[in-house]
Amino acid sequence: MRFSAAIPFALMALIGAGLALGLTRDPRQLPSMLIDRPLPAFDLPAIANGGGFSSADVAGKVALINVFASWCSACRVEHPTLMRLAAAKRAPIYGVDWKDKAEDGAAWLRRYGDPYVATGLDFESRLAIELGVTGAPETYIVDKSGRIRYKQIGPITDEVWAETIEPLVASLEQETGS
Amino acid sequence: MKRRAFAICVASACAFGPALAVNPDEKLADPTLEARALALSREIRCVVCQNQSIDDSNAPLAADMRVIVRERIAAGDGDAEVKNFLVSRYGNFVLLRPPMRADTWFLWFGPALFLIAGAAGFAAYLRRPAIPASQAVPELSADERRRLEELERRGGA
Repeated sequence: MRFSAAIPFALMALIGAGLALGLTRDPRQLPSMLIDRPLPAFDLPAIANGGGFSSADVAGKVALINVFASWCSACRVEHPTLMRLAAAKRAPIYGVDWKDKAEDGAAWLRRYGDPYVATGLDFESRLAIELGVTGAPETYIVDKSGRIRYKQIGPITDEVWAETIEPLVASLEQETGS
Repeated sequence: MKRRAFAICVASACAFGPALAVNPDEKLADPTLEARALALSREIRCVVCQNQSIDDSNAPLAADMRVIVRERIAAGDGDAEVKNFLVSRYGNFVLLRPPMRADTWFLWFGPALFLIAGAAGFAAYLRRPAIPASQAVPELSADERRRLEELERRGGA
């Protein structure tokens, strides 16, 4: 009798624990399907200032591909970190101006600074859908053999850089590109 | 008069159908291909809004995905090929109806399992004896009966 009376409470506790665990997970963080797969081929046109870039430009080195836009407020959050990384020349950062007008993206870079070695426009989400982009900012890390090794969803803060991305970039640079 | 107004309403509802997010310039010229694209778009999740199909969603990324779905259909891709294209980039999450696989069995059959478990529990509750033997009221002892009789006698006086 005592034992069976405890069953509903145990069930409730189990369901509650399951739901509580669910609350700690962010449904926006979709796991990337492209990890360890080759970077898709693309050739992005330039935004107003400077040249665009293609997948060939990224090939052969450890690089960051950062999806940003002038309409993206979280991109402002990570922008100072990107500027510091660009100044330190740790790894080349390529910019993908996503679903943006070229002149708006260019004006945004003029206003806040341009951390990118090259910036291309992806107005129709061609590259974004190839990469499985769900929002901005997102950053992909490519290794020397041209495979995607990591996807950062959301801004690269100093913390994310120091704890996750910098160690990964360092270890990828040790690898010999094949 | 009322009947005519009603008929006009029904006719226009049939003619225009539900309001959809598809922009006129996205539509394919071939009506059979467009019908396939529409059916497929309703099966694909908008990864921005997450609980709408790309057909329902007004998100810019959903619009771009509708265009890509139509492009691939126009290029001769089958429905499965279009789905595979998106699944290989966004995962099974992009399908509003996940495929039935070992790791999705709980998702598909979980609700039925809970229903069966609940029904079984309820049936067990209903079939339980009203008062279990362990809780049956014990007989009064000879002493207690005497006291009861005395109390009744005094109360009745």
